[in-house]
Amino acid sequence: MSTLPRHSAAEIEALIKGRRRLDVLFGVAGGLLVVLCLGTLGLLVYNLIHDGSSRLGWDFLTEFPSRRAAKAGIKSALVGTALVMLVTACTAIPLGVAAGIYLEEYARKNWITSIIEINIANLAGVPSIIWGLMALGIFIYGFEDWFPSPTNNRTGLGRSILTGGLTLGLLVLPIVIVATREAIRAIPQAIREGSYACGATKLQTVRYHILPYSMGGVLTGSIIALSRAIGETAPLITIGALTYIAYLPPAPFSPVTDMDNKVVGSHGVFDWITSGFTVLPIQMFNWIGLPDRAFQINAAATGVVLLIVTLMMNFVAIILRNRLRRKIQW
Amino acid sequence: MTAVPTSNADRSFRSAGHALGKKFRPGEFIVESFLFLAAASSVLLTAGIVWILVKESYLFFTKVPLSRFLTEREWAPAFDNASFGIMPLVSGTLVTTAVALAFAVPVGTICAVWLSEYAPFKVREWIKPALELLAAVPTVVFGYFALMVVSPALQWLLAKVGIELPAFNMLGAGLVMGLMIVPYIASLSEDAMRAVPAHLREAAYAMGCTKMQVAWKVVFPAALSGITAAFILAVSRALGETMVVAVAAGNQPKLTIDPTESAQTITAFIVQISLGDVEHGHVAYESIFAAGLTLMLMTLIFNVAGFWLRKKYREAY
Repeated sequence: MSTLPRHSAAEIEALIKGRRRLDVLFGVAGGLLVVLCLGTLGLLVYNLIHDGSSRLGWDFLTEFPSRRAAKAGIKSALVGTALVMLVTACTAIPLGVAAGIYLEEYARKNWITSIIEINIANLAGVPSIIWGLMALGIFIYGFEDWFPSPTNNRTGLGRSILTGGLTLGLLVLPIVIVATREAIRAIPQAIREGSYACGATKLQTVRYHILPYSMGGVLTGSIIALSRAIGETAPLITIGALTYIAYLPPAPFSPVTDMDNKVVGSHGVFDWITSGFTVLPIQMFNWIGLPDRAFQINAAATGVVLLIVTLMMNFVAIILRNRLRRKIQW
Repeated sequence: MTAVPTSNADRSFRSAGHALGKKFRPGEFIVESFLFLAAASSVLLTAGIVWILVKESYLFFTKVPLSRFLTEREWAPAFDNASFGIMPLVSGTLVTTAVALAFAVPVGTICAVWLSEYAPFKVREWIKPALELLAAVPTVVFGYFALMVVSPALQWLLAKVGIELPAFNMLGAGLVMGLMIVPYIASLSEDAMRAVPAHLREAAYAMGCTKMQVAWKVVFPAALSGITAAFILAVSRALGETMVVAVAAGNQPKLTIDPTESAQTITAFIVQISLGDVEHGHVAYESIFAAGLTLMLMTLIFNVAGFWLRKKYREAY
């Protein structure tokens, strides 16, 4: 610009005043917006508790679902959620930690490593329902096609706790990997050098230094990953988790009975893993869809339980992280 | 400590061509291979996902020509008199996503600017973890909220201006989806703005800028690359979001861009078919994979577009 617009002192003063007013206005409006958003989410929680409180109680947790809304409970969904999470944890944590350690400590800078890294970043963005399709196509039907069995035994994993847990485990795998890598990256190089200087091999350095020092971060990330998995509904519906289940998976060593209720043997330790299942969010989804208001109240009560579980897990993770931050100072 | 004399064994190792520290240790090698396999399994996973989507979609397209898939105006693959036009599902997905973003992008960005530039330190320290907690609320809970609270409220509100809103509608579902992704946008954008070097702010203040000018004309443009990344994540989440729309958007596929109507998204369709008992090998079974592939491609297109945008706005300090 060749010539600047000329303003009188009064005009400039007015300009500054206007800008300041706008500034204050935005400060207030922005704050209100944040409060409004948090308030709406508060309303969500309040509404859920308000609707569901009449059903919340010990009976609700220990009864099977039923056709009569007032008698229905979430026993099978609670047990299902716990068992699926067990399988999820056993899948995601070892695999994620191993992958994280490899990428941080072992991987050379080459094209294979960069493919793996780009791939993990992309996996995190895959819509959760696609994971369900993957599990349906591979774990359930794919295995049946690839390993046809001469007997009548099905070789696919079926609509079982194992399939559900594996699916969710793979779904949250990127979260565990990223958390592991961040935890490892926070360990100063001097620790590794110290270890090598004492004659430790790479494996010893990882086993006795990297792994223990990153444990806190890994734990935090794992809890957050599991809390994400606990609320996942879509992939489990896609693999055909049942919506109405009035039995529990067989406990280890529990007796097997035949049709006349005669004991004919006992269940193995891992028989539960092939059992059908339902989980809390699916139970809730199922009840929301029913036209009877009483069932929707059940849905709200299930939502409260689900919310308490997830928020507790996240709360623990946040506290853990803050304590670690304070405790570890390199 | 006295120096340890090099043993004969070591010398013979070195003379055999082993450099010190390069000794082959089988245990170490096995563990490293195992760790590599764990990392590489993620690539296998992606390959598996792409393979199964493409394979089942291929079977679908051997029965239904691509032209029908793209041009037919109705979608009812499970009926006897089936029709296979994906467009109603695509329109449902895009409309709910658009509603969600129309709400979440401005609200999330303003929240982020306020948190990063205006909020007192104490407030921010409390709100950031709260946002993280909110991001953890299961989506089916948001679905309940959309159906029981937001949609009735919108029905009441729109009735005043003479618009009749069905109980299941894309507007309510989209708005709740927007509410759901506000924490993501706010949290990620705030991180991006906090990462802008302080000297840029200080320079602007030294020139006499108000907070608002600093926030919108200095910090915001400087952080635009990171903020765009937050938007892209929001788009991906909105496109792939399932439970809110399955619960609250209605389940009739309808080719419309009017958010006050009920419709079905790609994700809600997959849920609907999965809830029924569909035979393996039936065209309806294959149709959910074709729909899934369409969803993946849509997500991919938005991500690639976002990648270029990010590159364009990237600033280095």
